[in-house]
Amino acid sequence: MPSNFWLIAQREYLTRVKKRSFLVMTMLVPLVVAAFGFFIVKIATSDNETQDVVRVLDMSGQRLGARLISTKQMQFKPVQGTLETVKKDYLKSEDDGLLYLPAGLSLEAPRGVQLYAKGNVSIRKQQAVENALDKLFSEDKMLASGLSQEKLDALKTNIDVASINLDESGKEKNSNALATSGIAYALALLIYLFIFMYGVQIMRGVGEEKSSRIMEVMLSSVKPFDLMMGKIVGIAGVGLTQFLLWGILSVGATSAVTALFADKLAATAKTETAANPGGAERAAQVMGGAEVASADNAATPADPAAAVSERFSVFKALRGLPLGMIVVGFVIYFLGGYLLYGALFGAIGAAVDDQTDTQQFMFPITMPLILSYIIGVSVILRNPDGPVAFWMSMIPFTSPIAMVIRLPFGVPVWQLALSVALLIVGFIGTVWVAARIYRVGVLMYGKKITYRELSKWLFYKG
Amino acid sequence: MQPALEALNVRKTYGEHVALNDVSLEIPDRSIYGLLGPNGAGKTSLIRIITQITGADAGEIRIRGERLSPKHIGQIGYLPEERGLYKKMKVGEQLLYLARLKGLSRTDATQRIKAWIQRFDLAPWVEKNVEDLSKGMQQKVQFIATVLHEPSIIILDEPFSGFDPINANLIKDEILALRDKGATIILATHRMESVEEMCDNIALINRSRKVLDGPVSTVKDTFRTQTYSVEGKGRLMVVHPDFEVLEHHERENDHFHDIIRLHAGTTPNDLLRYLIGNVEVHAFRELIPSINEIFIRRVRETMPETLVEEPVA
Repeated sequence: MPSNFWLIAQREYLTRVKKRSFLVMTMLVPLVVAAFGFFIVKIATSDNETQDVVRVLDMSGQRLGARLISTKQMQFKPVQGTLETVKKDYLKSEDDGLLYLPAGLSLEAPRGVQLYAKGNVSIRKQQAVENALDKLFSEDKMLASGLSQEKLDALKTNIDVASINLDESGKEKNSNALATSGIAYALALLIYLFIFMYGVQIMRGVGEEKSSRIMEVMLSSVKPFDLMMGKIVGIAGVGLTQFLLWGILSVGATSAVTALFADKLAATAKTETAANPGGAERAAQVMGGAEVASADNAATPADPAAAVSERFSVFKALRGLPLGMIVVGFVIYFLGGYLLYGALFGAIGAAVDDQTDTQQFMFPITMPLILSYIIGVSVILRNPDGPVAFWMSMIPFTSPIAMVIRLPFGVPVWQLALSVALLIVGFIGTVWVAARIYRVGVLMYGKKITYRELSKWLFYKG
Repeated sequence: MQPALEALNVRKTYGEHVALNDVSLEIPDRSIYGLLGPNGAGKTSLIRIITQITGADAGEIRIRGERLSPKHIGQIGYLPEERGLYKKMKVGEQLLYLARLKGLSRTDATQRIKAWIQRFDLAPWVEKNVEDLSKGMQQKVQFIATVLHEPSIIILDEPFSGFDPINANLIKDEILALRDKGATIILATHRMESVEEMCDNIALINRSRKVLDGPVSTVKDTFRTQTYSVEGKGRLMVVHPDFEVLEHHERENDHFHDIIRLHAGTTPNDLLRYLIGNVEVHAFRELIPSINEIFIRRVRETMPETLVEEPVA
C-alpha cells in the first residue's frame, strides 16, 4: 500500500511539528540569531558611542590643539586657562583625558606633550592621541618642505583591492574570495547540522518504536521499508519546516534589529559630522576655502540605510557566483546526504535495544561526516580543486559536505555529474543495507548486537 | 466448508535455528482455534508468517484457498503478546492512524472508533495520551485497534494478560461475539481454562513441530484413559482381571471413593454391572483429561531426553 507510506510520513511530521519543543526551538533560534545580529550592529556602532573626549590645553601658540582631527574614537576639545586650573576642571568633568601641549612645542622638537587621565591611560587612547599628533606634524612638515596642499591631498590614497576571477573561457568575473568561502562554509555547516540533528531524531524515533513494542503491530499492517522511509521522509519534512521558519524568522528578526538601529546609525552619522569640528576647522583654516569634504567625512556614508545594507546584505557577494549550480547542487546534496545518513541512523535505532548501546555504532557513521566537515573547512576551502577536494567530493559519504564547499568556487560539470551519480548509488546501497538491518532488528530484543550479527542479518530471507 | 486458513508444510529458520519445521494446520471458518505450545515452541514465528511480518522459507499459507499475499493484510487483525502503542499519541488519533494503515477510510474509521469507545467506556480518555491510561485501559485500546477494521481472521496472543477478571470476561464475551458474527479467531494462550471454555479446535506446537491438532472433543477423546471415578457404599474387590483400582479412599460409614482404570476390552458398562452387583453406587463418572493435562503430557512425550536433563548438566 503506497498510501501507507504517506500516512506514516504524515504522522511522523505532524506529531513532531505539534510538539511544544518544536515551537520552542523554532522561536528560540531566530531570537539567538537576532541577538547575534543586535550584537554585530552594536559593535558596528559602538565606536561612536564610546567616543573619548580629550580636553586639549594648547600653550604652543601654533594653534595645534585646534587643528587636531577628531575621529570616531576620540574627540578633541580645546580649553583655555593655566595647567593648574584646567587640571582641576578636568577632574571635575566627565571627560576621558587632558592633553597638554607645552609652550615651545615645535616641529623640530616635539617634546613635552603630556596626556593626563583619571586612572591609567589605555594604549588605544594613547595611540589615538599619538596618531592625531603624528598626522598633524607630518602634514605640517610636508607643507614646510614646500609641498602644496593640492599635492598633499593627491598623495592621500584610498586603496580598494578588487580581485578578478579569470575562468577557463577567459571571461572575467568579479570574485569576492571571502564571500565565496563564507557561502561554501555556510552551506557545509547547514548540511552538517541538518544531517546530524535530524539523523539522530530518526534514530531516536525508531528506538522509541522499538522499546514501546509497537513494531509488531505496525509491521502487521505495513512493510518495514515503508515504515523506515516514511519516518525518514516525515522527519526531513520537520527539518525543512524548521529551517524554513528559522530562515524567515531570522531574516525578520534581523531586519527588525537593523531597522531599529538604522535610526541610531543615522544619528551616529550626524554626531560624527557634528563631533568633527576640528576637522572642518582645520580644512577651513588650511584651505581657507569651503572644501569641507574631508577624507574622514567622505568615508562616513551619508545614508544610514545604505550603510546597513552594505554591511549585512549578501547580494553584493553573490554577484559572479555560479548561483544556479549552487542552488541545484545544494538541494541534491542536502537531500541525498540526509537520506543516505538518515537510513543508517534508522538502522542503528533498529539494531539496538537501548539508546545507550548506540554509541559503538554511531562512531563509524558520524566519523565520515565529522571528517568531511573538518577537512572540508580546512583543506577544501583553501584548495577547492585539489586532489583531497576531488576525492572527497566523489565518495558518497563525504560528498554531501565536500561538494557543497566546492560549489561556490565552480566545479567542472563532469565531476558534479559523477559525484551525483555516485551519491545516488551510495544512497540506494545504504538504504538497502539499512532496510535489511531494520527489518530484522526491529523485532529483535535482548540480543547483544555485534557487527558480525548485523552482517548476518543482511542475508536473512524475508 | 472451506477452511479460513491453511498452513501447508511451513518451515522457517533463523540462521541455524529452526523455528518451524514442516507445520501444517487447517483452521475452520467461523471458529476459535487454540494455538498452544510452550514458550519458544514456534507459535510466534507462525503468527508472524500469517501476519506477513516475516515470510516462510518453505511451504505456504492459504487464506480461504488463496495464497497469502499483501492484499490479505486488511483481513487480518493481530494482537501481539508484547503490547505496544505510541505512548505520546492521543487514544483517538492512535486508533484512527492504525485503522487507516489497515486501509480504512477516515470517515469509516471515525465512526467505528466512536462505537467501540462507547462500548468499552473509554469516552473520557479519547483525547488523552496513551501513556496517561492505566495498563488495563491501554489493553482495551489495543484490542480495539486489533478488531477495528473488522478482520475476518483475528489473531490474539494472550488476549487476557493484563486484564482484571471483570475486563477479562468483557474481552472474552467480545471474542465470542466476534466469532458469532463470522470471524475466525486464532487464540494463542497458556491459559488452559480459556482454551477449554472457548476453543473449538486446537493445535499444539512443541519444539518447532506440530505435535497435536483437531477439535477439542476429538483431542480429549484420544487422550481418554478409560479411567473412572466411582463413589459408593460397600466393599470393593481390589484385584480383578478386568480393571485396576488406581486409588482407593475409604470414607466413614463404609463409604468409598475409587479411581478405576479399565483394562483393554472392558467397557464402562462391564464395570458398572460389576459395581451394581457388589456395592451401592452413588456416583460414576469418566475422568476425561483436561487440555492442561494433555498439554503437559504431550510436551513431555515430545521432549527428547537430552533436553530434559539439560538443566542438571
